[in-house]
Amino acid sequence: MSSLATSQGAEQTAQSMPGQPRRNPFPNSASGSETSSPRRTRDNVNGWGFAAPFLAFFLVFLVWPLLYGLYMSLTGKSLTGANDSLIGLANYAEALADADMWHSLGNTLYFTVISTVPLVLVALAMAALVNVGLPAQWLWRLSYFAPYLLASTVVSLFFSWMYNPQLGLINDSLAKIGLPKVAWLNDPNVAMWSIVIATLWWTVGFNFLLYLAAMQNIPAQHYEAASLDGAGAWRQFFSITLPQLTPTTVMIALLQILASLKIFDQVYQMTAGGPAGSTRPVVQYIFETGFTGYRLGYSAAISYIFFGLIVAVSAMQFFITRRRSA
Amino acid sequence: MATHTLTRPAPRSTSAAQLRQPRKKMTVGRAAVLAVAAILAVLWIVPFAWATVTAFKSETDAAAPKVSWIPPSGFTADAFIKVFQDGNIPLWTWNSLYTSAAITVITLAISALVAYALSRIDFRGKKVLMTVIIASIIIPPPVLIIPLFYQMVALHMIDTSWAIILPQVIHPAMVFVLKKFFDQIPRELEEAAVMDGASRMRIFTQIILPLSRPILAAVAIFVFISAWNNFLWPFISTNDGSILTLPVGLQTIKSAYGIQYAQNMASALLAALPLILVFLFFQRQIIKGVATTGLAGT
Repeated sequence: MSSLATSQGAEQTAQSMPGQPRRNPFPNSASGSETSSPRRTRDNVNGWGFAAPFLAFFLVFLVWPLLYGLYMSLTGKSLTGANDSLIGLANYAEALADADMWHSLGNTLYFTVISTVPLVLVALAMAALVNVGLPAQWLWRLSYFAPYLLASTVVSLFFSWMYNPQLGLINDSLAKIGLPKVAWLNDPNVAMWSIVIATLWWTVGFNFLLYLAAMQNIPAQHYEAASLDGAGAWRQFFSITLPQLTPTTVMIALLQILASLKIFDQVYQMTAGGPAGSTRPVVQYIFETGFTGYRLGYSAAISYIFFGLIVAVSAMQFFITRRRSA
Repeated sequence: MATHTLTRPAPRSTSAAQLRQPRKKMTVGRAAVLAVAAILAVLWIVPFAWATVTAFKSETDAAAPKVSWIPPSGFTADAFIKVFQDGNIPLWTWNSLYTSAAITVITLAISALVAYALSRIDFRGKKVLMTVIIASIIIPPPVLIIPLFYQMVALHMIDTSWAIILPQVIHPAMVFVLKKFFDQIPRELEEAAVMDGASRMRIFTQIILPLSRPILAAVAIFVFISAWNNFLWPFISTNDGSILTLPVGLQTIKSAYGIQYAQNMASALLAALPLILVFLFFQRQIIKGVATTGLAGT
């Protein structure tokens, strides 16, 4: 359920708190006219004092593992404690020549590409439908959003059962309307799509809510003017709603890409990466290299290659959103 | 702005739960919209419904080659009774509950404190600290699993609740959600207290926190849901059946029950139940919380 945002992304949530003017995100503290030295000392003590608890956790459980992982990636460390010595960039060289690594990276990218489009478009469609003002609002929100509250394992249990080739509901329904049965999770050409369908069902509700919130923030006057000009609902949607939602769409798409790149849970649980490695994502490869193959150093190196990919996408996001707001 | 919901009185101001209806007549178009929305809703409910029907079947009926919504030998709660007697689901639910609660409380406390400092106090090195925290938002958790595991082994925390809790309390994005909110609280409210010589901590706890309840709730909801459903890290850091959280425990059930479909579905439903119930009760707050924190989520 995770997604990321750069500071720019965080800034964009400003629309969330109603009725407040947007303020400079870097405020000066209360009227800094006469900053006497004792006061500055007090501010320093207070500032770092307030930051200290967070900082402690931050340094121990985030910064340290991050740096230590980088060091590990330069060693031959293994869970069996074989080789702790520095081996330079050998792990990286090996990873870049490792067909399995590229295959898993390719799977992750493939999943990201084919999952992001439906996860954005279906969410937009759902929000547009509900925003028209259907009766029983709570019911629509409940049915579209409820799956998001489930753990990945629950989703995987539900869908593994429905995808069951012989006893599954889906193949049975297909047979009833005269269509051939599909080997959902056992056919290398279909398995990733099956994962996408399950993921769509599971997480589209999150994007749907973000869209709905953005739609409800569009001032009514826009629509009133259009109505007077005789624009119909479709016309209003395409010429008012959609353009107004562009920043939201960009954000949702970028966050979705970052979330999809981290795919692991539902794949590991539904196909374990199979059939024939066709769904194994890079996070699973990191996991298996480290915990099944015991090669912590090599696994850390692949982690950093994956991290590089995430940083590249985040940088892209940063520049896109910055250009937008410029 | 004409706001009227057909379900309940419209909440205050522009919350996500608010419904703004551009005035429209009930037309063929509206009927079509309703139909499409209904089809989608049915599709979205089917997995729940099918899991529920399966869970109330006997194992024989569940595994019967003929798919049925009404089982030949009638509905039975056997699968639920069996799962409950195994005792794992209640235990794992409790484990999930207290670890998620601990994560939420710690996250909220440390994030609000640092957010207040970033919002209000002019201390040396603030810009650097801010930049570092912002930069850390892009670190994907899977990158940390290998070194974190190694670290937890060194700290003798593997297979304890600490391993689950401690690494999950850092939510840099939530720090900024809180900071943004604090930035919008008018400073005049604090100035009088400053004049009276109140300490920073006092201002924070007596003035800022009470005014920040909505955002604290939103962040709490976000953090709780992500902790409750987190799989990868708890899966790696715990093996001992007695401290597993629900998502990880279910993964072991899957292999243990194998083809006992009714019990599989009963377990999945029992695991899903707590959050679904909470959602039914706090729908508005949760939706608002997601809309507030969603774009900053990590």
